[in-house]
This record gives sequence, structure tokens and C-alpha cells, in this order.
Amino acid sequence: MADTHQGETRRDFLYIATAAVGAVGAASAVWPFVDQMNPAADVLALASIEFDTATVTEGMAVTVKWRGKPVFVRHRTPDEIEKARAVPLADLPDPAADATRALKPEQLIVVGVCTHLGCVPLGQKPSDPRGDYGGWFCPCHGSHYDTAGRIRKGPAPKNLVVPDYQYVSDTVVRIG
Amino acid sequence: MAAKFENSIVRWIDHRLPIFTFMHHELHEYPTPKNLNYWWNFGSLAGIALVIMLISGITLAMHYTPHVDYAFDSVERIMRDVNYGWLIRYIHMNGASFFFIVVYIHIFRGLYFGSYKAPRELLWMLGVVIMLLMMATAFMGYVLPWGQMSFWGATVITNLFSAIPVVGESIVTWLWGGFAVDNPTLNRFFSLHYLLPFVIIGVVVLHLVALHRFGSNNPLGVDIKSAKDQIPFHPYYTVKDAFGLGVFLIVFSAVVFFAPNFFGEPDNYIPANPLVTPAHIVPEWYFLPFYAILRSIPDKLGGVLFMFGSIAVLFILPWLDRSPVRSGQFRPIFKIFFWILVVDVVALTYFGGKPAEGWYVIGSRFATAYYFIHFLLVLPLLSIFETPRQLPKSISEPVLGGGAGLAGAATAPRENDR
Ligand code: HEM
Ligand code: FES
Repeated sequence: MADTHQGETRRDFLYIATAAVGAVGAASAVWPFVDQMNPAADVLALASIEFDTATVTEGMAVTVKWRGKPVFVRHRTPDEIEKARAVPLADLPDPAADATRALKPEQLIVVGVCTHLGCVPLGQKPSDPRGDYGGWFCPCHGSHYDTAGRIRKGPAPKNLVVPDYQYVSDTVVRIG
Repeated sequence: MAAKFENSIVRWIDHRLPIFTFMHHELHEYPTPKNLNYWWNFGSLAGIALVIMLISGITLAMHYTPHVDYAFDSVERIMRDVNYGWLIRYIHMNGASFFFIVVYIHIFRGLYFGSYKAPRELLWMLGVVIMLLMMATAFMGYVLPWGQMSFWGATVITNLFSAIPVVGESIVTWLWGGFAVDNPTLNRFFSLHYLLPFVIIGVVVLHLVALHRFGSNNPLGVDIKSAKDQIPFHPYYTVKDAFGLGVFLIVFSAVVFFAPNFFGEPDNYIPANPLVTPAHIVPEWYFLPFYAILRSIPDKLGGVLFMFGSIAVLFILPWLDRSPVRSGQFRPIFKIFFWILVVDVVALTYFGGKPAEGWYVIGSRFATAYYFIHFLLVLPLLSIFETPRQLPKSISEPVLGGGAGLAGAATAPRENDR
């Protein structure tokens, strides 16, 4: 049939329509197999924790586990807070005022994961090295954090992350 | 020989790694009889079913824990918590059933059209090997959720080996890795359940190499005689296979979404209890004919031998049916017995699912007897006494009318490709 060879034909339409439906079908079949690797409902259900900061006395630090990661809770001494506030913002690789780092200045709460490649910095135990700025020291590749958990020296690009948290009572915080 | 490719990158690669030449050869030049009907769709469907099983199985293994204390709970977690876990599990569960449906149809297609006959004996025997591997895989997979049916199915089937004289008991202990089905058993079953599908892939590759040696058989059972009898696989059969796949996926999805536990046993949603056997234990439906044969023999060793024998006769089938005519269409008496066999296997499936008592036992004994009579007596005798109908001279003859089929084949223009 000569005329079917000119321009588009119904067969071309069928080809394209079939391929398009097939592609949509394939894509929607693939999605469940991709999404199954995302956090499951029971994992998401454990995504927030509560912690009583009254158990941490001045000068002491406690590590709690949140979403599989360590969270550092440190009850800072007035001296440590003073040191953190005294630093000019311009001296910081990732500038952030100390006031933005904690809801209550005495209780510093940061995620204890080095922003370089994910090691857990030292400095929670009294016997740990705390680096040149008295906060934390990451032994993996030598990052120094100050008493507000801000990066001061070393390869890490960012300050230790402050997680979302709020006080549900005077002393109890809910993280996440 | 080497096909010409327009794309220069394709040409560059093909010169060094002739993968495109290979594909062109196997898909385009590969001569396919032009008269294949829809029964010939089931081979490629089986291949797709295998891929579906692999993908869903590997994803399930990302969430499954092979330990007696956690297996059941990890499966429930897949059903409730893992994103789309319910869908992936139902695909895998029902995929197994559909895989067997497809392969059983594929086998009966071969039985009817005589596809097991020379020169396709090895192709057929590799198929039987695939079937055995599929059964082993399905059996071990069913144990993994560690429900009541998992546990007692595993116990009963592994105990089959205790029928072997002298060494039977030691073999069973060896299979279990203990004195009962327990954690070591579950661990090794998981390992093997993951392994065997890849062994199946290997045998399928051999199956296809053997297939492409002589090409597909066809409904008439006569060989390709000239270019007129054949068409390129692509696009003709790729389109036909794709259409069949569409129909298959519709039916499959209907079951997965609307009746996902249709093939399942409710008892398997009860966690395994090694101290209590469920009142009525049955294997998955695709094992029922073999289970019926096992139970119809009132002797432990005998039952096991007959059960494995029912598969062994398939292995030697090419030498039991000596009739030179392949297709059942031209064998008037064979055709009748073929359908009796189909009914017989359906009956075995039915009896296998019923309790082993009263009338059911009698029925399954008759059905078992006929199964073996069919292969060991009827087929050999038919090869001698049956007078087949006149075969067409070529695949084209019945279409084009008397005699015209053979000569001058080259003059016939091939159908337009587009
Ligand atoms: C994983 C399972 C299997 C896969 C993926 C598979 C795949 C295939 C494919 C793609 C074909 C060509 C298309 C066709 O003729 O339908 C084929 C042909 C064939 N298969 Fe299978 N097969 C499987 C299992 C079996 C089993 C269990 C048997 C027999 C016991 C078997 C026996 C045959 C025979 C005899 C042919 C040639 C049929 C003919 O040309 O008429 N296959 N297979
Ligand atoms: S991970 Fe902490 S410095 Fe590299």
C-alpha cells in the first residue's frame, strides 16, 4: 500500500504508543524495588529519642545513640562557654555564633559524627584528647573542634551538626 | 558473515567483541518456522519468570534473616514495615507458582508436539534438569519463612531420604546438620536457595544453545525445508512473545494484587513449632502430582522410588516414544492418550491435595498406575502399531495447497519488514 509509506502512519502511532505504555509500566515496576532500600517503617519509628539532661552534671559529657549515630551531650562549664563566645566569627572556617549552637548555653547537643568522612571524634571521656581548642579531636585525619563543636582546624569542612531538638520539660529534650 | 552496523561505535566494539554480530545472528538471522502458535510463547515466558524470581528474591534477601529465632519475624517485618515489602514478597511467592504453571505448559507443549524427539533429545533432557533444579529451589525457598508448613514440609521431604537402605538415616542427619530440622538446616537452605537459581541460569543457557542448534520444532513437526518456511525471529516472534508477556503480566498482577494468598497455605502464617504437626500437611500445589505418587505406594522405599521414577521416565522419553512422527496432530491414537495423560496428571494433583484415606487412596493408585503405563507401555507400543496420518511435505504446503510448497521457494518475496 503505497500511501502508508508517506509520513506518519497508524503503525508508527501504535509503535510509539506501545513503547510509551511499556516504559511507564517498567518505570512503575522498578520503583518498589528502589524504594524498598529506603528506611522501613520500623526504622523511621525509632527516629526520635528523649533524654534527661539533668543526668549530665557540669563538666561531664554523655553519648546517646540516635538513628544509629552518637549524639554528644556536654554540660559546658562557664569557662568553656566564655571561650566559645570570645572567638571572632571571622576566624571560623564555618562561621556560626555560639548562641546559635545550643538552646540552653550550658547544654551543648551535637551529632558526634565528624563532618569530614564520618568518624566519631574523641573528647567525651576525661582521658580523651580534646584537640587544640578544647572541644573534640577527630583522630582519623586530624580535625579539631572547639567547645561549641565548631570546626577550627583540619580537613573537616563543617561544624558538628546540631540536631533538631526541643525541651519537653525543664530538663528533658526530645531529639529528632 | 559479520553484519554491517551503521553506528561507528557499534562497529568499533563489534570488531573487538562481536556481541552485536552474535545478537544479530541469534535474533535476526536465526531461522524460525513461520507457523509457531501461542504454545511456543511459554519458553520465553519461563525465562522472564526466572528473571522476575531473581530480582524479587535478591531484594527479599536484603531484609530476610536466616535464623530460627528471627526468620518468621523478619518476613513479617517485610510484610508490614519494609517499603513495598508486601508487594515484593507477593511477587516472589506467586511468581513461583506462575513459573511452574508456565513451565508445566511448556513441558506439555513438548509432549504433544514431540519436541523431545531427535535431534532435540539433549534439549529436552536439559529441560528436565531445569525442572528438577526448580523443584529443589522452590522447596528450599518455602522453608525460609519458618512457618508451620515450612518446618513440617522440610521435615517430611528430607525424611524421604531415610528410605534409602543402610545409609538413609546418616544422609538425613547430614542434610539437617543435627538431629532434627533446625537452625543449621535453615542456614544451608538459605545458602542453596540463593545459589540454585544461578545454576538454573547456566542450564538455561545450555538449553538455548541446544535449541539454536536445530531451531524450534513447530506445530506440524516437519523440518524447515526452504526459506519459504521460515521468518526472522525479530520482529515477528519478539512481537508475538511481547504480546504473550502482556497477557501473562495481566493475569499475574491480578493474582498478586487481588488474591495473593490464593496458592498459599494459611498454616504457614503460624510460626514453626517443632513439637506440634498441623493436622493436614500438604506441599505447594506444583508438587502435588509427585506427592500423590509417593503416597499411593504402600511402602516407604517404593514410594520414594516411584516418585523419582516419575521424573526419570521423562529423561528417557526420547527412547520410549520411537514413532518418527513428531507432532501429535498427525497421530490419531497418540492424541487420545495424550489427553488421557493430561487428565491423569490433573487427577494426581487433586488426589495429592486430599487426605490419604478411603477413596482418595484408590483413586491415586489408579492414576499413578496409568502415569507409568502411559510412558512405559502405551508410548512404545504406539510407536509400533499406530498408523500416522499423511504428513505435509513442508510447513508451507498446508497453507499454499497441494504440492506448490516446495519448488520455486526463492521466488516468493518475503513479507515487508515494516
Ligand atoms: C527455567 C525454565 C525454562 C526456561 C527458561 C526455558 C526456556 C526455553 C525457551 C526460551 C525455549 C524456546 C521457545 C519455545 O520453544 O517455547 C525453550 C524450548 C524448549 N524447552 Fe524449555 N525452558 C525451561 C524449562 C524446560 C523444561 C522443564 C523442559 C522439559 C522438561 C523444557 C523443554 C524444552 C524443549 C523440548 C524446547 C524446544 C521446543 C520446540 O522447539 O518445540 N524446557 N525453552
Ligand atoms: S573523618 Fe574526622 S578527620 Fe577525617
